[in-house]
Amino acid sequence: MMGKIFCFLFVAALLFGGLGGRMGEVAAALPQGAGSAVQLVLSIAGTICVWSGVMEVMDQSGLTKKISRALSPVIKALFGRQGQDPEARDALSQNMAANLLGLGSAATPAGLRAAARLAQTGGRPDCDGVLRLIVLNSASLQLIPANVAAVRAAAGSAHPFAILPAVWMASAASVCAALLAAALLARVWRP
Amino acid sequence: MSLSDAAVPLIVAGVMVYGLCHGCDVYAVFLQGAKRGLKTVLSIFPAMLAILTALAMVRASGAVDVLAHGLEPLVSPLGIPAECIPLALLRPFSGSGALSIGSDIIQHCGPDSPAGLIAAVMLGSSETSLYCIALYSAAVGIKNTRWAVWAALAGDLAAFLAAAWSVRLFLL
Repeated sequence: MMGKIFCFLFVAALLFGGLGGRMGEVAAALPQGAGSAVQLVLSIAGTICVWSGVMEVMDQSGLTKKISRALSPVIKALFGRQGQDPEARDALSQNMAANLLGLGSAATPAGLRAAARLAQTGGRPDCDGVLRLIVLNSASLQLIPANVAAVRAAAGSAHPFAILPAVWMASAASVCAALLAAALLARVWRP
Repeated sequence: MSLSDAAVPLIVAGVMVYGLCHGCDVYAVFLQGAKRGLKTVLSIFPAMLAILTALAMVRASGAVDVLAHGLEPLVSPLGIPAECIPLALLRPFSGSGALSIGSDIIQHCGPDSPAGLIAAVMLGSSETSLYCIALYSAAVGIKNTRWAVWAALAGDLAAFLAAAWSVRLFLL
């Protein structure tokens, strides 16, 4: 998939550059683009590392656990009878807490544990509970999108975090739409 | 002072105080986390280099302007700038690819331009949904994901439309 897109980009550059007589610019764009990619990655590296450090403190001081405990009523509401099972509930709330905090490396193992348990209690790997978990993980719950803020700062924005309210609203709309679609489709699309 | 200005300093200070009060060696743990962040940076670097270089060449060829002009009448009723359409199309497939396209838009159109802001909010409010579905179904052994893909894409579409609307509501 990415291979085709990658190839398509170079062919498009060649064709449009040739047709528009801008071959010189296209050639010059290779070293310029590569150079500015390195610059961008270097300038967002600082924010990514700092945020990753803050999140590590959050995780190891037990704050993530506390948040995941607070989430358990939400889990019960979302996963019904399957969410009552303590093993599934713990893994689900850990997964959700890690997603909220943007701890990708902690969210996936917890999510996979939850999926395995839901598959067990639901009787099959493609039961509604597992699919709902997958859909929830494919929407963004992250409260502070540090990478994007870092890119905005690198591009010279005076308020890189000004996007937060808009991100929260769009994320909420996205999660609601995904869960609503899941609830409707689950009724008509039986295994 | 707005909520978004206060959020980051509040979180950072709050986390450190909480950590210290709960017997966590906050400095050592922070350094450990920062080191892990460096691994993240290293892992996204090759993909960002690849996509940003290719995009720079496509931009120089004029193809992006042609595409944007062609798409403008189709997507402007939805409120999404034409520049953001390639980002929306790639977002479900590739996280680092989408971050690269988004960065390109943010740098080229300006971080506080409508297209730059909408690209940032689109990135921040969506996930690499198809990759996520593939990862979970492989791990649990799901052969037929039934409605999962459609529900996930409905979520992505909602994120993109809501990104455009909420940027207009809060930031422009």
